[in-house]
Amino acid sequence: MTPPAISLTHLDNLWIQVSGTLCNIACAHCFNSSGPNVRTFDHLSREAVRDAIDAAARRGVREIFFTGGEPFLNPHLLEMLEWSLAIAPTTVLTNGMLIGDRTADRLAALERPSAYSFEIRVSLDGYTEAMNDAIRGRGVFRQALAAIARLSRRGLLPLVTIVRTWPDEDEAATLAGFMRVLREAGDLRPRVKILPALPLGREPARAPGPGAGGLVTTEMLDGFDRDLLMCSNSRVVTDRGIWVCPLLVEQPDARLGATLDEAATSYPLRHAACVSCWQYGTICGNISAQIDGPDTVHASPAAAPRP
Amino acid sequence: MTRIALLGGLYSNDRALTAALRDIARRGVDATYCLGDLGAFGPHPDRVYPLLRDAGVACLQGNYDNSLAGGLDDCQCGYTDPRDNHFARLSYTYTFRHTSDDHKAWLRTLPLTRRLDVGGRQVLLCHGSPRKINEFLWESTSPEGFLDRLVADAGADIVCVTHTGLKWHRPLAGGRHVINVGVLGRPENDGTTAVWYTLLTVDRGGVTVDFVPVIYDHLALAADMRAERLPEEFVETILTGWWTTCLEILPHKERARGRF
Repeated sequence: MTPPAISLTHLDNLWIQVSGTLCNIACAHCFNSSGPNVRTFDHLSREAVRDAIDAAARRGVREIFFTGGEPFLNPHLLEMLEWSLAIAPTTVLTNGMLIGDRTADRLAALERPSAYSFEIRVSLDGYTEAMNDAIRGRGVFRQALAAIARLSRRGLLPLVTIVRTWPDEDEAATLAGFMRVLREAGDLRPRVKILPALPLGREPARAPGPGAGGLVTTEMLDGFDRDLLMCSNSRVVTDRGIWVCPLLVEQPDARLGATLDEAATSYPLRHAACVSCWQYGTICGNISAQIDGPDTVHASPAAAPRP
Repeated sequence: MTRIALLGGLYSNDRALTAALRDIARRGVDATYCLGDLGAFGPHPDRVYPLLRDAGVACLQGNYDNSLAGGLDDCQCGYTDPRDNHFARLSYTYTFRHTSDDHKAWLRTLPLTRRLDVGGRQVLLCHGSPRKINEFLWESTSPEGFLDRLVADAGADIVCVTHTGLKWHRPLAGGRHVINVGVLGRPENDGTTAVWYTLLTVDRGGVTVDFVPVIYDHLALAADMRAERLPEEFVETILTGWWTTCLEILPHKERARGRF
């Protein structure tokens, strides 16, 4: 059966894989298997990023995202963020470990004069050292919380990104735990984004299961809002060309060309990961994921994100 | 000179609507439009309908109206945070229960967009964005190049939206404009209790956008809300001017300006 193809309606989101798959840690659930010395993709040069931002600006891009690997490993990141913020709202996804006081000061200096929002997404996968570091590695919990505190003190309101790795019955206690630990660390107005664990990269080895199973069919798109699929509105720039979406960078067939113009084509939903996107909707964006957990508000007032 | 008044989401705030319509009548305009979301958040949703009818306000469907008209399960607000969804559910359930069948039927007749000629300028009115009824157009996440494209695709000179609850105006190259007209339903997270509507004026000098604050009896509205047992968090917003719920959707800049 031919998988349904999705056209690029508009380049709303430009993703820049600025540090390739190079990361200073190797998380057990990493969807693109990033880690130290993992060079599936390498750093992007200043010129490549400049060209990508300019090309996206010509297409009326709405938001720009810097990802990796760990973006702060790229020595030119701060300069690139400055270019990006001059054009569009900009987000950087980080593990926070390289954000010391000096870098936090420079990030605040980039944010202040910008007309557009600057979002710093810091990953945290547990509200205790044991829970987090089992997934992200020893010592990561303390360093990530320290970065969150530094960013919070400077008014940057980091968006703490959490992959759901706990069972539904633990939802209320877990969310309350995150809120408590973030406040205790000095993040007095915690903002969190919960992501589903994706059956990609290292995750199937960490949590073996049935996976997504199956593929997206034409019938599944009947009455479905295709704007919720990343491939309808996003492209990813890497050092090896343009990929259709951040989730599929390990799939060679998801490379759409060398330039954004070449990559403004349609893409067939031929991977199991496409089911995750269909199920949750634009998971990679800052706010638009539809990750329905149980209603925890009544169960635990402490989960409410307010002081 | 042609001047129109543009009202954003009313969220059942009949007291602010009454004050705004009085102010508009005093100033004098050629027409008044409401860009949708008549119900939500506030008390007694049926009260705004006769006010709109008597003042001859031409309305659009917002996402809330679209849900009420279609008998949908939720407001299509697009929240994902469990706490936000909890409050959105309370609000939608209350509004659905207290909106009469006649008014729901009338909502079904409303268009999703309107195209106007205002002093020779082509104006498109819509609720969220020209491409989607529930798309949020925030000032800090709507870059100029993106808006240029949006306005060009819409085939308009001026695009007017609401939905976010926060007003802004961006003049673009070629004399084009995007205007978020704000809302009358609740204050805009700035610690004041005023709500806002917009006057759009076109004359030989060009396009002028005026955001007009509306001071109304917010204490009486708060009392109405408490009598209806609406969440105290909503009442707090009316009394303090700070948003207390549905904060997750705010981009960094807009969130940082608020208290919570």
